Amino acid sequence: MFDFVSFIPRAVVQGIPLLYGSTGETLTEKSGNLNLGIPGIMYMGAISGVIGSFFYEQSTTPETVSVFLLLAIPLLCSLIGSLLMGLLYCFLTVTLRANQNVTGLAITTFGVGFGNFFGGSLIKLSGTQVPAIILSTTSGYFSRPLPFADRLGWFGKLFLSYGFLAYLAIIIALAASFVLNRTRTGLHLRAVGESPNTADAAGINVARYKYAATCIGSMIAGLGGLYYVMDYASGIWSSNAFGDRGWLAIALVIFTIWRPNVGILASFLFGGLYILHMYIPSGMNLAIKEIYKMLPYVVTLIVLIIVSMRKKRENQPPASLGLSYFREDR
Amino acid sequence: MNKKSHTPLIHISKRGLLPWYQAWAIRGGAIVAALVLCALITMLVTGLNPIQVYVTIFEGSFGSSRRAWVLFQNIAILLCVSLAVTPAFKMRFWNIGGEGQMLIGGLATTACMILLGDKLPNAVLIPIMVAASLAAGAIWGGIPAFFKARWNTNETLFTLMMNYIATQLVAYFIIIWEVPKGAGQIGIINQSTQAGWLPTIGSSKYLLNILIVAVICGVMYIYLTYSKHGYEIAVVGESERTARYVGIKVERVIIRTMLLSGAVCGLAGMLLVGGTDHTLTTTITAGRGFTAVMVSWLAKFNPLWMIFTSFLLVFLQRGAGQISTNFGLNQSFSDILTGVILFFIIGSEFFVSYQINFRKSTNKEAR
Repeated sequence: MFDFVSFIPRAVVQGIPLLYGSTGETLTEKSGNLNLGIPGIMYMGAISGVIGSFFYEQSTTPETVSVFLLLAIPLLCSLIGSLLMGLLYCFLTVTLRANQNVTGLAITTFGVGFGNFFGGSLIKLSGTQVPAIILSTTSGYFSRPLPFADRLGWFGKLFLSYGFLAYLAIIIALAASFVLNRTRTGLHLRAVGESPNTADAAGINVARYKYAATCIGSMIAGLGGLYYVMDYASGIWSSNAFGDRGWLAIALVIFTIWRPNVGILASFLFGGLYILHMYIPSGMNLAIKEIYKMLPYVVTLIVLIIVSMRKKRENQPPASLGLSYFREDR
Repeated sequence: MNKKSHTPLIHISKRGLLPWYQAWAIRGGAIVAALVLCALITMLVTGLNPIQVYVTIFEGSFGSSRRAWVLFQNIAILLCVSLAVTPAFKMRFWNIGGEGQMLIGGLATTACMILLGDKLPNAVLIPIMVAASLAAGAIWGGIPAFFKARWNTNETLFTLMMNYIATQLVAYFIIIWEVPKGAGQIGIINQSTQAGWLPTIGSSKYLLNILIVAVICGVMYIYLTYSKHGYEIAVVGESERTARYVGIKVERVIIRTMLLSGAVCGLAGMLLVGGTDHTLTTTITAGRGFTAVMVSWLAKFNPLWMIFTSFLLVFLQRGAGQISTNFGLNQSFSDILTGVILFFIIGSEFFVSYQINFRKSTNKEAR
């Protein structure tokens, strides 16, 4: 019998980083910026948090440690790290009107490199005497489940057993969805992504919206990296462990047809597909598991194709996605 | 008399075409600035002085004849993928699936080497490998092109997904063909018979690859600059409507160009598997499919400039790798430096195509 009570929580913790990434990317894409730098930004968010918390854990002893700082420092560092990457992306693509694909890929190269480099060399560079980066104290607080989680049986395991960043991801996704669809700001943002010319003519500051959406989107995506390393990976940094989740988050944006609220369940589904191969009884045939790992991408492709075939107007990507805007260009 | 003038402080306008030496002076300046910043970063991390930094980078690339061969081999493969994606980019078809197209070409090559290795002599086997890798790459590039042409499906996202499907396919076949069972890797294919290994010219196994890519580079330059196909690609890239108006079949151009683009990527995979590595892993492409996008764009889609841009990136990677090795640092250091260089060059393009006009003294307007 398929063990749902153990499967679903694992799918959820796999899904949360994707949810952060896709919510951030959806906001970004709604402003017309196709930020392929998301994988790099998620690495950046993760490593910035790790660096902050590494130095804080090194500077204190278990007796003098402050829970507030233990949580606040990684969060703040992570947000700043990913914000800087978002700003860089915006500066290059919005202010300097560079090609978004190239800029995004450069950001990914840089971010992934930055993460792996400092993850692998931080101990040597800081001259401390520890064998590996293991932030178990910090991670303990990040992954602390809600109260009563272990007393409520399957209910507690399914709904209450996650760290606070998991719940934050859902709140952020719902908030993003609300802002996009129900507020004037969201309307303006969508206008910027669909037709910057029209938005500009209507008096909307295109550059400001693009900057704001991309930077906030980057910060949200960066939190996904932080969640991964602090909660999922128990505060242990290992090179390239984050893997291709950043690209999967971009896939998820398409899969949800640019809707952050759909992203909540979709991210859990993706998380499930990501680990499905561990639950499929395959006996000695290990090779077939590799085929199962293909599923999230195949499903995304199918959605991408169907959406483009049906041509429903509300399901299309933002019309100016991937294009820089220059007022004097016609 | 309350009318204020609303001239903004800075006004940006498009430049006319700059003479090529000015444009390249701007880009060159950006590269120099980036190299200075790279040296500063390296100084902070390792404590070397800037001269030593450059000496180490140079040594890492040209320090011995082996290193120089590896450098040129890496340039050749990167250049090959960059050349492959270029026709698509000129058409404004953002093929970021070079990674997957290479992998699938490599997979096809591996299949031929393993399944036919002991049945056919090399003279027959190698042409089959070439054909198989070209076909596999072409199919992998053709699928997104078909959907783009037929239903205008977003090609960036499509080719991106195809990368991972290819990766998993390769992972699947690696387990099928793993030697020994349970090793999780294929190992060197046909080590004893060398069936399907590309011939070596002289003493270096890299020379053949380099020559092949040099030929592809020349052919691609001619194809894009002087052929009718190249002209059609350029028109479609500049304006699809114009292309339709003058009677170019846009769908056909898109599919044809992507078949070509994918096929050359597949060939690059063949060169890696058959020419140098003689094995297949899921990471054999080492991100070249993505780097190629930047190489091609940095060179303004000009195949001859690509020799230089791919040299720059590979040179930096090898050099930074050397610094990492010397100081016991993580190999990803090169990615950081690559990123810095890319940011500078990407930013410099702005100054090539736009000019900044500052507000002139307001006295004149006040009169």
